[in-house]
Amino acid sequence: MSADPLSDGRIARRFKALKAEGRAGLVTFVTAGDPDPGTAQALLNGLPAAGADLIELGVPFTDPMADGPAIQASSLRALKAGMTVRKTLDLVRNFRRLDADTPIILMGYYNPIHAYGVEPFLAAAREAGVDGLIIVDLPPEEDEELCIPALKAGISFVRLTTPTTDDARMPAVMRNTSGFVYYVSIAGITGTASASGTAIDTAVARLKRHTDLPVAVGFGIKTPEQAAEVARIADAAVVGSAIVSRLAGGLDAAGTVGPGTVEDVLGFVRELAAGVRAARD
Amino acid sequence: MTKLNTYRSGPDERGHFGIYGGRFVAETLMPLILEVEKAYREARADPAFEGEMRQQLKQYVGRPNPLYYAERLTEQLGGAKIYFKREELNHTGAHKINNCIGQILLARRMGKTRIIAETGAGQHGVATATVCALYNMPCVIYMGETDIARQQPNVFRMKLLGAEVRAVTSGGRTLKDAMNEALRDWVTNVADTFYIIGTAAGPHPYPGMVRDFQSVIGDEVRSQMQELEGRLPDSLVACVGGGSNAIGLFHPFLDDPSVRMIGVEAAGRGIEKGPLDHAASINGGRPGVLHGNRTYLLQDEDGQILEGHSISAGLDYPGIGPEHSWLHDVGRVEYAHATDQEALDAFQLCARTEGIIPALESAHGLAEVIKRAPALPRDHLMVLCLSGRGDKDIFSVAKHLGVEL
Repeated sequence: MSADPLSDGRIARRFKALKAEGRAGLVTFVTAGDPDPGTAQALLNGLPAAGADLIELGVPFTDPMADGPAIQASSLRALKAGMTVRKTLDLVRNFRRLDADTPIILMGYYNPIHAYGVEPFLAAAREAGVDGLIIVDLPPEEDEELCIPALKAGISFVRLTTPTTDDARMPAVMRNTSGFVYYVSIAGITGTASASGTAIDTAVARLKRHTDLPVAVGFGIKTPEQAAEVARIADAAVVGSAIVSRLAGGLDAAGTVGPGTVEDVLGFVRELAAGVRAARD
Repeated sequence: MTKLNTYRSGPDERGHFGIYGGRFVAETLMPLILEVEKAYREARADPAFEGEMRQQLKQYVGRPNPLYYAERLTEQLGGAKIYFKREELNHTGAHKINNCIGQILLARRMGKTRIIAETGAGQHGVATATVCALYNMPCVIYMGETDIARQQPNVFRMKLLGAEVRAVTSGGRTLKDAMNEALRDWVTNVADTFYIIGTAAGPHPYPGMVRDFQSVIGDEVRSQMQELEGRLPDSLVACVGGGSNAIGLFHPFLDDPSVRMIGVEAAGRGIEKGPLDHAASINGGRPGVLHGNRTYLLQDEDGQILEGHSISAGLDYPGIGPEHSWLHDVGRVEYAHATDQEALDAFQLCARTEGIIPALESAHGLAEVIKRAPALPRDHLMVLCLSGRGDKDIFSVAKHLGVEL
């Protein structure tokens, strides 16, 4: 292990390697425990081989206010199957036995962590092998809650920036950000509208004036072609709702996973990865 | 217990009441939240804003409404002298309009052209649709499917007023889910849309702003009681869901130590039955973060929000305004609770003894008055905030009484 997990941890190492390869990364989002803990583990374990460079693991919450219908439904399926913060960390721990290198970023809302207790959560997350956190409802104005304790615990706090984050506000948003910056390419919820390539181009250029950190772009990327377009511009493309929807398509009316579903989702991830990898050829 | 010089100085510049409140929202909304805060600060300092609001509250809402001596109820209970603050006589039939007038004037001042709101019982939805009709602004109201089913008259009212009512089918399909959906709309339409939050909760500056707009209730009670009795009231009682009528009544009196204050939460089928059977965030919940603020919430061990239950759609919310959480912790306000049955009994008693059909929400406050008044001396002045009228509730009350309409 390195001395400084923030500047030389899995996230930094992975982006360094991507840069050396001269390509952008694929960040895939799946919800922990969707549709059941076993399937979620199988899916998670299969993501790196399918071409995911970084993994965002959604921590399910009853009230995902920034998420569209696909991830809302996914969270509720996971909760119905008994998913908790503790079990989410178990998924990460199991994954780490197979993969020591792929960064895992937990993405979710603050209350489940608040209920767990910030310090106990950070200790458990670090021990399980979590590299970063994206907490949607913690803007820089609330940095003392979790961001600063996370940085002290050696866990990156990846900030969301949006089309509404103006230049005046940008320094405050960047101040305690680490790992990478996640650019939310539309003003809206996950899995709905998509931004144009030109708009993303302008936005990434603007972000690069404010930070040396890698920039990942997400919200609204649904196809390998769209992922490739983003990969030509940004350091990574994030795909969430489209993967989660693909999984939902493999469930029967009772929410039980059908045969071949995990393989089908991983196949889709392979297509996305191929798009991202060929983008700058 | 903490003794403070003043209980009226909150929130601080970051929106905190003690450890409660704050701004727990997505980054997309944060610049807008800061803009609302700045615009509100400027509006408060502008006599023209205050003047227009006062004018509308007088001419359009019908304020001041009476502080009414409930003589028959007082005789029947045989103790404290009971007054009703008649918010149910406002235009639209509840206290909600006070806040809507203030917020739509702010929205106009900010150049916003579209209004959204959430509603539970439909009172806030009706009040919002009303001010949108008055100021000719398009209006979308989010309402849980469950609430739409139990509040049909208000749904129709909103439509008559020109609002679009969008049914929310996520979660338990009640107020909490309507608020989630309104926040999703806001994050998507951040450039032109103003979100009129209906209660003294949400991200800063909403809790303090809504309280300020509702404080007209307590301010009027203060001067009316002075006129009627020549002194301050001894106790104030109000129902608490998010708690906007309660904070509006209480806030002007927080620094008067002789005035006792009681907020009444909805105990549903009984607090002892657990958090799926009531909506009492303070009496049966613990602090957490939801909808932009830290406050008492109904939640499970894992921090997942629980649906709660109350016969009253307006109290059926798993949280409470952050200032109430703080006032509870510092001990300035007492938070009691009343069950569905106690509210139903109070509802009927009020109709028969005073000729006033109260909202089921307000009937929770009245249930507490019924419990306390008999043991108090006859010179004890007790004020109940009769926050809304009960016409909207007659169908659900009839159902509970086994009456076919």
